[in-house]
Amino acid sequence: MQRSTMDLWVGLFVILGIGALLILSLKVGNLSTYSRGDSYQLVGNFENIGGLKVRAPVKSSGVVVGRVTDIQFSLESYDAVVTLNVDNRYIFPKDTFASILTAGLLGEQYIGLDAGGDDAMLESGDKIMQTNSAVVLEEMIGRFLFDKAADDDDL
Amino acid sequence: MFKRLTSSIQSIGHGFIEYTWQFGFACRFFILILLKSAVSLRRFGLVMRELYFVGVMSLIIILVSGLFVGMVLGLQGYETLQKFGSETAVGTLVALSLVRELGPVVAALLFASRAGSAITAEIGLMKATEQLAAMGMMAVDPIARIVAPRFWAGVISMPFLAAMFSVMGVFGGYLVTVVYIGVDAGSFWSQMQSNVDFHYDIVNGFIKSCFFGVAVATIAVFQGYDAAPTAEGVSRATTRTVVTSALVILGLDFILTAFMFRGVS
Repeated sequence: MQRSTMDLWVGLFVILGIGALLILSLKVGNLSTYSRGDSYQLVGNFENIGGLKVRAPVKSSGVVVGRVTDIQFSLESYDAVVTLNVDNRYIFPKDTFASILTAGLLGEQYIGLDAGGDDAMLESGDKIMQTNSAVVLEEMIGRFLFDKAADDDDL
Repeated sequence: MFKRLTSSIQSIGHGFIEYTWQFGFACRFFILILLKSAVSLRRFGLVMRELYFVGVMSLIIILVSGLFVGMVLGLQGYETLQKFGSETAVGTLVALSLVRELGPVVAALLFASRAGSAITAEIGLMKATEQLAAMGMMAVDPIARIVAPRFWAGVISMPFLAAMFSVMGVFGGYLVTVVYIGVDAGSFWSQMQSNVDFHYDIVNGFIKSCFFGVAVATIAVFQGYDAAPTAEGVSRATTRTVVTSALVILGLDFILTAFMFRGVS
């Protein structure tokens, strides 16, 4: 085979391969919309994080604005300390409310941020003061039974 | 009775020594290739020629199998996921299983049977017809001239082939679930994109395919170089290439997976 045709085919092969890697990272992995580079850290204490995991999304009004980067148990307050990385484009007021929610019935858990009305904004390293724990099914059933028993007593 | 016992123990010992010797030889051979590859990388035309035979000629089988594997994954995934009412997650299923596991592993298995066996047969036949010895007589190092270019062609083309396999698989899954069954295209892509992580999934899959490329290329050239210089020896070496490659790929895959995905998610 001619040398130049072979070079052409190999060139095509390499271009196809790099193209496939690009498609994988941009279209499948969605590298284009979320980068770790420019983000700031927030910390929140939760009484119960349920099934929240590191790398879970942080959403506000359903839009992904960041990721959970670290979960620790604090021996000072005996609760979970969750570190969030929020994209620099999104800044939130000081009185923002963070709650652990579930996507769908069997979906993964994520952190929802509800913006408050404060003029001062959260900065890197700040702590989110108002948090809402994950809903634990057993606790909910327990409360329901307790209420039911109280209702029955009234009758 | 006693004689039979000793002879069976002897055969175990013989086999063990044989395999250990072969393994050691393969490792030394691998280092020898790396040491002598400077020459072949400087004359890149040699590697280019092998890239054509090893990489470009494997394209068809890789692309077609990738497409069909993706289509089957789409069908099977839809079948199971629709029982839970989460058929939109089929995109995630197809992409994750392809990028993490099936892409690198199946592409490497196909590559070993398509290109690895060809490399072994070629080198083995060169040895059987004493072409390698003739080269040595002419002061041309057969490892630098024949073995190293084929090794590097295998190492370079494997990650590309695995990536193309994954892309074709995702496309096949898209064809079956979105075009044929009618899952919503928007949720197919968005679920996939929100659950596939660049560093965690795609980079790890890429690293896997690089490891497989080195393993398959080493096994193929070693078996060819080590083949008995007869027609039967070459055919045995070709078989050994495919069998050993398959075992090494699957074993290595388990080890790599254990290191990469330790449930950190």
